[in-house]
Amino acid sequence: MEPTERSAEDRYKSGVMPYAQMGYWQPDYEPVDTDVIALFRITPQVGVDPVEAAAAVAGESSTATWTVVWTDRLTACESYRAKAYRVQPVPNRDDQWFAWIAYDLDLFEGGSIANLTASIIGNVFGFKPLKALRLEDMRIPVAYLKTFAGPPTGIVVERERLDKFGRPLLGATVKPKLGLSGRNYGRVVYEALRGGLDFTKDDENINSQSFMHWRDRFLYCMEAVNRAEAATGEVKGTYLNVTAGTMEEMYERAEFAKELGSVVIMIDLVIGYSAIQSLSNWSRRNDMILHLHRAGHGSYTRQRDHGISFRVIAKWMRMAGVDHIHAGTVVGKLEGDPLTIAGVYDTLREEVTPQRLEHGVFFEQPWASLNKVMPVASGGIHAGQMHQLLHYLGEDVVLQFGGGTIGHPDGIAAGAIANRVALESMVMARNEGRDYYNEGPDILRDAAKTCGPLARALETWGDVTFDYTSTDTPDFVATPTVS
Amino acid sequence: MRLTQGAFSYLPDLTDEQIEAQVNYCIDHGWAVNIEYTDDPHPRNTYWEMWGMPMFDLASARPVLDALQACREAFTNHYIRISASDSEKGWESLRLSFIAQRPAVEPGFQVVRSNGPGRQINYTTRSYATDQPPEQRYRDV
Repeated sequence: MEPTERSAEDRYKSGVMPYAQMGYWQPDYEPVDTDVIALFRITPQVGVDPVEAAAAVAGESSTATWTVVWTDRLTACESYRAKAYRVQPVPNRDDQWFAWIAYDLDLFEGGSIANLTASIIGNVFGFKPLKALRLEDMRIPVAYLKTFAGPPTGIVVERERLDKFGRPLLGATVKPKLGLSGRNYGRVVYEALRGGLDFTKDDENINSQSFMHWRDRFLYCMEAVNRAEAATGEVKGTYLNVTAGTMEEMYERAEFAKELGSVVIMIDLVIGYSAIQSLSNWSRRNDMILHLHRAGHGSYTRQRDHGISFRVIAKWMRMAGVDHIHAGTVVGKLEGDPLTIAGVYDTLREEVTPQRLEHGVFFEQPWASLNKVMPVASGGIHAGQMHQLLHYLGEDVVLQFGGGTIGHPDGIAAGAIANRVALESMVMARNEGRDYYNEGPDILRDAAKTCGPLARALETWGDVTFDYTSTDTPDFVATPTVS
Repeated sequence: MRLTQGAFSYLPDLTDEQIEAQVNYCIDHGWAVNIEYTDDPHPRNTYWEMWGMPMFDLASARPVLDALQACREAFTNHYIRISASDSEKGWESLRLSFIAQRPAVEPGFQVVRSNGPGRQINYTTRSYATDQPPEQRYRDV
């Protein structure tokens, strides 16, 4: 569909007009460096032209409403209109299109994820002419990135504070998720940390319930952390979840964690973007590592047809400023196509995330020196997969073995030792130039000869895999047609 | 106790051959290699004493191994660690750090608690080794 040149009188006549003809479809538009660009996957209703659908998305996510309004003419409306400038069929689908939409920088308030998202994922996802809509990726201009402070600590400074270099970090989520008393809970923390893990973690729904008040948990956990530091001579941490019903309560819990000397606090994604940014600021002021559990994301990131890709959430969270974010394991129990996860990890850790269509990354994204976010791999992983984890996820990652630590037949500390020995032996083999991915099982068996806990772990879980087809995989053609 | 700082402390102490392989890994990445020693391994003692300057532009692991040997002879019963610094933009910090010598006996640490209001406890980690003045630490082992 070609955009139509119209006289102002014609364009602003009262009534309804296709979005493509209102200026929201501009196939000749060349995005500028300061534009925000969004890439949507559009499934129009039967009979709706894909270009008109893309123009409608551009319109509804920027200035348009369903009918012509004369008040447009009181504004520099042409610069405020988002511009759909490219529409291409999704490879191997006959009912979906990718649409590229550019937004002028002035549409967005600096430093506000809430404002950015209120436009980009505001009304438009419920728009009737679309059957489904998914935000696949975004290009955030450097000019806009510079209005965000980003992660308060970042990977490098976190490593410096913890004095841990050259290997992935190890963690475990305390299990069972619910029901432990504060005293019993701290026992799990102590055993896991003295055994050899760097971190333990509250689960997403551990806040302050009848079985364990938050203050009680914090006090017992810090006893455990300090005992484990003395037992090993290492800095240890436990992610104290400060998620609560109000900001006031979250600040109170964060302040208490600080008074107790914790190096890290934790929040859940469900507290909302503005609350995350507030706690990021608090963490920056107080030298605190901020761990984010992505609770709730699967309800809108997993299905390929509708919602938001997690790589976009990862991008927003690097801007909002978290230090840790759960980002997938590839080999564990939760959704995770290896290529898609590589795209998310790149988004979190690179100075410049390169365009890689095979990873679902549509745009090169320079990060303007925003700190790097440490990805966290958690959910159904165990020591027997160490070679795969190192291969897929690299060195700057927290590997979290919850069941794979606490479920060890000889106890929690034994489980922690098994994980740490498996990790260190794999890193050593990699650094020595060995083909650790293929020799991984041999490297682990050799290490287990001098480590009983690792031998037992391999006996118990050596063969456990979660081999299911991924739902969220990139759609791409081997020869890219985009710039 | 066994101090478990560094990347490989859960494995048996590294042989010189294993240390050489790790140093070669650092050299292959263009990192500077540094040797440090201490008799105070407190987890927040960031600044161990430098044994000479960090070694830049290394062509082989030999100078590191020689320096390590000299450091070991001078401080037979101290902790010695090898670390590697990466000057790449966006990193500009250590990439690897591991222990290359430890004392025969490691006395470890004590947790000192002071009770505060509301069941709050303030913790201090105290190194037993630093109970003695520097020249007397690890003396009799």
